Amino acid sequence: MTWEIVIGLEVHAQLSTQTKIFSGASTTYGAEPNTQADAVSIALPGVLPVLNKGAVERAIKFGLATGAHIAPRSVFARKNYFYPDLPKGYQISQFDLPVVGMGALTIQVEPLSGPSTGSGFKPYEKVVRITRAHLEEDAGKSVHGSSQGMTGIDLNRAGTPLLEIVSEPDMRSAAEAIAYAKALHTLVKWIGICDGNMQEGSFRCDVNVSVRRPGEPFGTRREIKNLNSFKFMQQAIDYEVQWQIDTIESGGKVQQATILFNPDSGETRAMRSKEDAHDYRYFPDPDLLPLDISEEWKEQVRATLPELPEARRARYTGEYGLTAYDANVLTSSREMADYFDTCVGAVGAAGAKLCANWLTGELSAQLNRDGLDMTQCPVNPQQMGGMLARIADNTISNSGAKEVFRALWAEGGDADAIIEAKGLKQVSDSGAIEALVDEIIAANADKVAEYRSGKDKLFGFFVGLAMKASKGKANPAQLNEVLKQKLAG
Amino acid sequence: MINATLKHLSSALAAKHISSVELTQLYLDRIATHNPVFNAYTTVDAKISLAQAQAADARIAAGLAGPLTGIPFAQKDIFCAKGWRTTCGSKMLGDFIAPYDAHVISQFDRAGAVNLGKTNMDEFAMGSSNETSYFGDVRNPWDPQRVPGGSSGGSASAVAARLCAAATGTDTGGSIRQPAALCGISGIKPTYGTVSRYGMIAFASSLDQAGPMARSAEDCALMLNVMTGFDERDSTSLQRDQEDYSRDLNRPLSGLRIGLPREFFAEGLSADVGSRIAEAIAEYRKLGATVVEISLPNTRLAVPVYYVLAPAEASSNLSRFDGVRYGYRAPEYTDLADMYEKSRAQGFGEEVKRRIMIGTYVLSHGYYDAYYLQAQKIRRLIAQDFTDAFKQCDVIMGPTAPSTAFKLGEKGDDPVQMYLSDIYTIAVNLAGLPGMSIPCGFGDNAMPVGLQIIGNYFDEARMLNAAHQYQLNTDWHTRCPQGL
Repeated sequence: MTWEIVIGLEVHAQLSTQTKIFSGASTTYGAEPNTQADAVSIALPGVLPVLNKGAVERAIKFGLATGAHIAPRSVFARKNYFYPDLPKGYQISQFDLPVVGMGALTIQVEPLSGPSTGSGFKPYEKVVRITRAHLEEDAGKSVHGSSQGMTGIDLNRAGTPLLEIVSEPDMRSAAEAIAYAKALHTLVKWIGICDGNMQEGSFRCDVNVSVRRPGEPFGTRREIKNLNSFKFMQQAIDYEVQWQIDTIESGGKVQQATILFNPDSGETRAMRSKEDAHDYRYFPDPDLLPLDISEEWKEQVRATLPELPEARRARYTGEYGLTAYDANVLTSSREMADYFDTCVGAVGAAGAKLCANWLTGELSAQLNRDGLDMTQCPVNPQQMGGMLARIADNTISNSGAKEVFRALWAEGGDADAIIEAKGLKQVSDSGAIEALVDEIIAANADKVAEYRSGKDKLFGFFVGLAMKASKGKANPAQLNEVLKQKLAG
Repeated sequence: MINATLKHLSSALAAKHISSVELTQLYLDRIATHNPVFNAYTTVDAKISLAQAQAADARIAAGLAGPLTGIPFAQKDIFCAKGWRTTCGSKMLGDFIAPYDAHVISQFDRAGAVNLGKTNMDEFAMGSSNETSYFGDVRNPWDPQRVPGGSSGGSASAVAARLCAAATGTDTGGSIRQPAALCGISGIKPTYGTVSRYGMIAFASSLDQAGPMARSAEDCALMLNVMTGFDERDSTSLQRDQEDYSRDLNRPLSGLRIGLPREFFAEGLSADVGSRIAEAIAEYRKLGATVVEISLPNTRLAVPVYYVLAPAEASSNLSRFDGVRYGYRAPEYTDLADMYEKSRAQGFGEEVKRRIMIGTYVLSHGYYDAYYLQAQKIRRLIAQDFTDAFKQCDVIMGPTAPSTAFKLGEKGDDPVQMYLSDIYTIAVNLAGLPGMSIPCGFGDNAMPVGLQIIGNYFDEARMLNAAHQYQLNTDWHTRCPQGL
């Protein structure tokens, strides 16, 4: 009998505001402990929260980008619990009235390495529903063992705005969960609401996993907390799924629990069971008014939304005739897609495929080799577009272009200048090429005779001679044509 | 000088009959003499006060004085004031020196007023007798065996004993009006949202509101002019044009319609208090007002609703006092949970713990709907009662408290009896309306009786007008306790 895996995700995306969600303290990462903890962050007696509009705008952006309902009125609630890094003794969050309602995200499911996907996996598209997204503040950090066996508290992060994005349990494999997490990660960066830096904790995933026999009701889920890399997420899901299956198959029962993944051992372990679950005593925060979002505000935010990844993918496959694979790679980040669009702008729509080939091929490979991402690319899209345009108009050959690209990468500059300086311009003057071919035919009468008597293989020999004579600058296509014509007699 | 109104003090200062330093010193001397009896102040800092007085004198000399410049005020110890110990009447904050100013404090500073000291109060403003303060009982200047009311009992006592020109208070369920009544002074709780709560240590955020406590309605108006105004640091602060609350003080009262709620004159009201209120209403008729009986049918639900909602908010508001970052931490503990438990068990008093327990309970899973949500619904009904009533009248009048000041310890064993002291004031907070208390005579035990005036939203100027006209025609507000 087979098992069906059921996965839902809760993602905490740190919103890219300059200041905290309820105070003017800075949100910059990595400052000295407690240097970004103002009176509100440390919850002095008498201080009050004031909502950061920028955080709300980012939440609206997300809702619009996922086709979700934006609540005209949502409410901030207090989630009460004691912890040293929670200065007020409650977290301001949203509970029964979140700012963003049901939405959805289209994901491209790709094969994963390892046991998650077998061979014969075919990429496919899937829609994952997003239950809700709500605004809340982050807690501070406990720094254990900082001095004399004591625990230090750093409240720099306390009050940093978060958007908690909760999916429906729509995913049926680790591959789907990773694809969803990646698509979400791309989207929040794409629309500029989160820097997506997973090492710094700007994008953290909690994964709810359960297994069931196909057709049966959902099994009991366990929640893997705080995964901050896609690799760990895959490992954690694989381990957890196998653990749950083994548990059930050996006659045991899965108990609802919150669990942690240990990347060193590759195992998950229970942190707390349902019985120890907190009673958070949620109630509306009387210090904050309900959050009202007018149609007008919503439309103002909508006007700032860029073209979304899904729309771009559709445009690339539809208008430019690119493959789904190319379209996916080109929309893996907004920087990549914008880069591509700039290149196409320089070359023209007819050269889109050429641009796609170069970006997914040579450029991506070079970035990889140097360990850079798109934002650090030394060749800007104007330079790249300038070069691609010279390929498209036959000024340079593909191999000449590689030389131009290497020069652009190493020294920068302008493609035309490099072509000029290195003498890479193809000879496309038909008179010159004809003269050259005539000369070769005259000098090699015997080979011409052999060719004409049926020895077709000699064609390459003539191409070689002609290229050599042109010092490699003859336009290959044109040269071929002229040769063919003249050799035919 | 100690009986002068704020207006007279201001003129005396302007005319250089007295300097702010002299006036401040006069009060500091009185505090030194009388505070050991009344215990109205938790903290006095002559150095800071006199420095402020000096600055005020310079400002007066420079011709830059405002109506409150140079006048010494007492500040309830619930307001954070930079450099001042700010205790909120609790051991929890016994050593807490506030690093910033509450909005109210900055407003007085900006006006050039002198901060004379911090006044005692029920712990975290929870109490109606000032017996829950960690810093000891406050005594009523009219009879030191009796309570001053609470929670702003220190302010009320200080004003009545002439230990300051006037004081600030805060009112969550009657904490300005009830002590004002019990000490024979005037106090007003403005419309919710009128005075910023920034820097005022929260008890129940949706009910807390600061206001003036003084010896006359006219003084209250001058103080309100300074205390009110939009503050972007408080999201519940209302964005309205600045008002002059004294503008209507001298309007005649002919045509004023006074509503008398049937429910305020029923069982539970002491006969002597009832008589004084009736006499006050008779005075108002003489001044040209008309009287109409009204009904606030949900009045009896106000106390129970309040004791669900206020503790619910308080249980959460007081979570920050955990011994981690500031405030009291138990000297010995075994682990984190033990540190929390001991610090809070030792740092909070009985009444505060009782309310935290009630609040935690009513917000708990399975009880939230039955208590908290239900109470919120009734809160709306109570507000609706007032909305309906104000269709028939301009102001509502009645007793502020059911009896005059009781003896210390008299209600100590029965919290519910104590809670009923606020039976006439609580509904006003639940509705967010402005309410005030002015003295209107004395009860059988020679203790002051307070007349409560409740206005419609933002109708403070009209209430102050009604109070001032009464005070022009009576002298209850000018009476001074013996020996003071």
